[in-house]
Amino acid sequence: MSESKIERLISEDGIRCDGRRLDEIRPIKFQLGVLKNTDGSAYVEWGRTKILVGVMGPRESHPKHLALSDKARVEAYYRMASFSVEEWKSPAPSRREVELSKVIREALEPAIFVEFFPRTSIDIFIEVLQADGSTRCASISAASLALVDAGIPMRDLVASIAVGKVEGKLVLDVQDKEDKAGESDMPMAYMPSKNAVTLLQMDGQITHEEFMQSIELLKKGCMEVYRKQKEAIESHFKGAVSNGEEA
Amino acid sequence: MSQRIVPTVKRKQIIELSESGKRMDGRTLTDYRDITIQTGLVEKADGSSMVSIGGTKVVAGIKFEVGDPFPDIPNEGVMQVGAEFVPFASPEFEPGKPDEVAVELARVVDRGLRESKVLDTTKLCLIPGKKVWIVHVDVYILDHCGNLIDTAALAALSAMLSASMPEACIEGDTVRLTGRRLPMPITDIPINVTLAKIGSRLFVDPSFEEEEVLDCRFSVAFKENGMLCAMQKGESGYITPEEVLRAVEIAKDKSQEIRKKVVECLKLKSDKVGES
Amino acid sequence: MTTFYEPRQLVSPGTLLAEGNYQPGFNVYRDDGKYYASMVGLVDIRNNVISVIPLRGCYIPQPGDLVIGKVVECISTAWMLDIRSPYQGVLFASEFLSKPLNPLKEEARRYLDVGEMVVATVMAFDRTRNPSLTARDHGLGKIHRGTVIDVDFTRVPRIIGKKGSMITMLKKETGAQILVGQNGRVWISGKSRDEEAIIAEAIRKIELEAHTTGLTDRVREFLVSKRR
Repeated sequence: MSESKIERLISEDGIRCDGRRLDEIRPIKFQLGVLKNTDGSAYVEWGRTKILVGVMGPRESHPKHLALSDKARVEAYYRMASFSVEEWKSPAPSRREVELSKVIREALEPAIFVEFFPRTSIDIFIEVLQADGSTRCASISAASLALVDAGIPMRDLVASIAVGKVEGKLVLDVQDKEDKAGESDMPMAYMPSKNAVTLLQMDGQITHEEFMQSIELLKKGCMEVYRKQKEAIESHFKGAVSNGEEA
Repeated sequence: MSQRIVPTVKRKQIIELSESGKRMDGRTLTDYRDITIQTGLVEKADGSSMVSIGGTKVVAGIKFEVGDPFPDIPNEGVMQVGAEFVPFASPEFEPGKPDEVAVELARVVDRGLRESKVLDTTKLCLIPGKKVWIVHVDVYILDHCGNLIDTAALAALSAMLSASMPEACIEGDTVRLTGRRLPMPITDIPINVTLAKIGSRLFVDPSFEEEEVLDCRFSVAFKENGMLCAMQKGESGYITPEEVLRAVEIAKDKSQEIRKKVVECLKLKSDKVGES
Repeated sequence: MTTFYEPRQLVSPGTLLAEGNYQPGFNVYRDDGKYYASMVGLVDIRNNVISVIPLRGCYIPQPGDLVIGKVVECISTAWMLDIRSPYQGVLFASEFLSKPLNPLKEEARRYLDVGEMVVATVMAFDRTRNPSLTARDHGLGKIHRGTVIDVDFTRVPRIIGKKGSMITMLKKETGAQILVGQNGRVWISGKSRDEEAIIAEAIRKIELEAHTTGLTDRVREFLVSKRR
């Protein structure tokens, strides 16, 4: 605890330890269609957080008795590679990974027209290669691009980001160091064109006032991620836009 | 996980009834069902409680154990929350490994307690860097009639507030129990409040049939001083940012109401806890 | 009535396309009087119907579609066919054989075995049950010869071409028989294996360059150059 006093995470003029302003997000690079064997895929580098997402489906549900008669069954599998964190992590899913898989699925499912594909499965496989904070936000944002790449009909893209409280100040897009030393972490996932919050969690301690400011900051952050997602889609598919003859 | 089939007739009924501010069981949208808290029924536990909210019934037990600290916090005790679904609690529960619902429940309860610093874990160190108290907080779901999160959180809290811890004396590298008891290093009374979004309305303390038709659920935990310490949106629907703000307002009021009830039931002096 | 995008512009899920008095076509949904894209693709507006021509996606059967299926399972009086869709096709014996099949006396796989391929059309499909197929019409049935290749199903319209221009050219230039399944499978039967391989290569070229102009001419030149 004494170390955090020596190393300040926010300087007096409001610059964070990695040089960002309080409301500045890290460099984010999305890429679609990075895998051959999936129906859709995406890769994201979000600061030093690196995540690969593959989507399989819609496909026949296996085992068949798990199929839902009125919609597609969506499953997310959030897994961290054993080498993705400082210390070796057992590849067996932890309780944290089980919970994150659930909330990530629940963050994406409202976007998907699951009712179009009764009795099928849509599986979203998320592999965190390197974790440096906000992995659930990066996973959700990349997974929604992998779903686009798979050609799965959706209401909107889901953009996600976290706000933390570090040294008494609210900061956007928490990285690992800030998360560990910070007083709170609040990730949100959002579909802008539906004004729909599909994931919202918080741990740590914030006042009611800070909570209301956080929601505003999260909306702003999600819009920035949303723009980056759209740019990635455009750059991936721009070859398709042309004056080609109509079919 | 079995298929959740939404009873559409019931959903319509619940939504239309809520337009006049009413619910199927006669409550208003912001009412809790009856809450009962009973403590100390398991004598072999260091603390225990049986809590019910309406028909939902949860038993919680606290057990102290001498163990190793986490390497990154070598001088602090460890609190561990587990949730077990007893198969007779609902026809949907299956025996065996806890599934994702149980894992989420345990982790949401854990966050509410941990982040509020309900337990001062720095006071649970035995031999710095070597031996600390491990506090097991286990909740067993006995009857599921809706709103497991609040019931389980309240059970865990009540068990903790009513617990005492064993006194230990250190002789060199060994820990010896004296057989005497010490008060728990409690510093807060965090309260978790869950609301369901059904259609465009928010329902405090959703019943089982309301949970069957909900769009999503939203839980938020408050410390005694009014700070928010944990939050979780659950299920595959969505909520708007405006609804979130409203839900937090409602939950804040409700948390104070429930805290009062906890203090009364457990005959606590609320000034004993709080900022430490 | 307002549209926010020009035809053939690239859009992605959630993009607001238009407001007002339109009809939602393929891959477009309506919410509160507004029309949004549900897929990545190109905007298409015809007679007030707004659609998005998909650039990615899986094949969803439609009644009347010609499909090429691979047998994956034989059940007593029917076959299950992989048609490159989330839903397997069902081909009942009565829709394949000209005589009734008595499952007590003979096995279905005598006529059609796992791994074999069939050209069929979709009779009915509503997503609650598997699509039912028929192979009784002229030109349909088991595939005995030729080459079958899988292509991206979103490229099928391009392989067929406007009013069949591309496929007509391919057939005319090569003299081969070609059937393009809506499910992204093409059957080619030429004079030789070499000939079939050249046509397959030409189809790959169409798939790859689907969004460029003057493609029909370039493919024709390609075929001519290969023939020499």
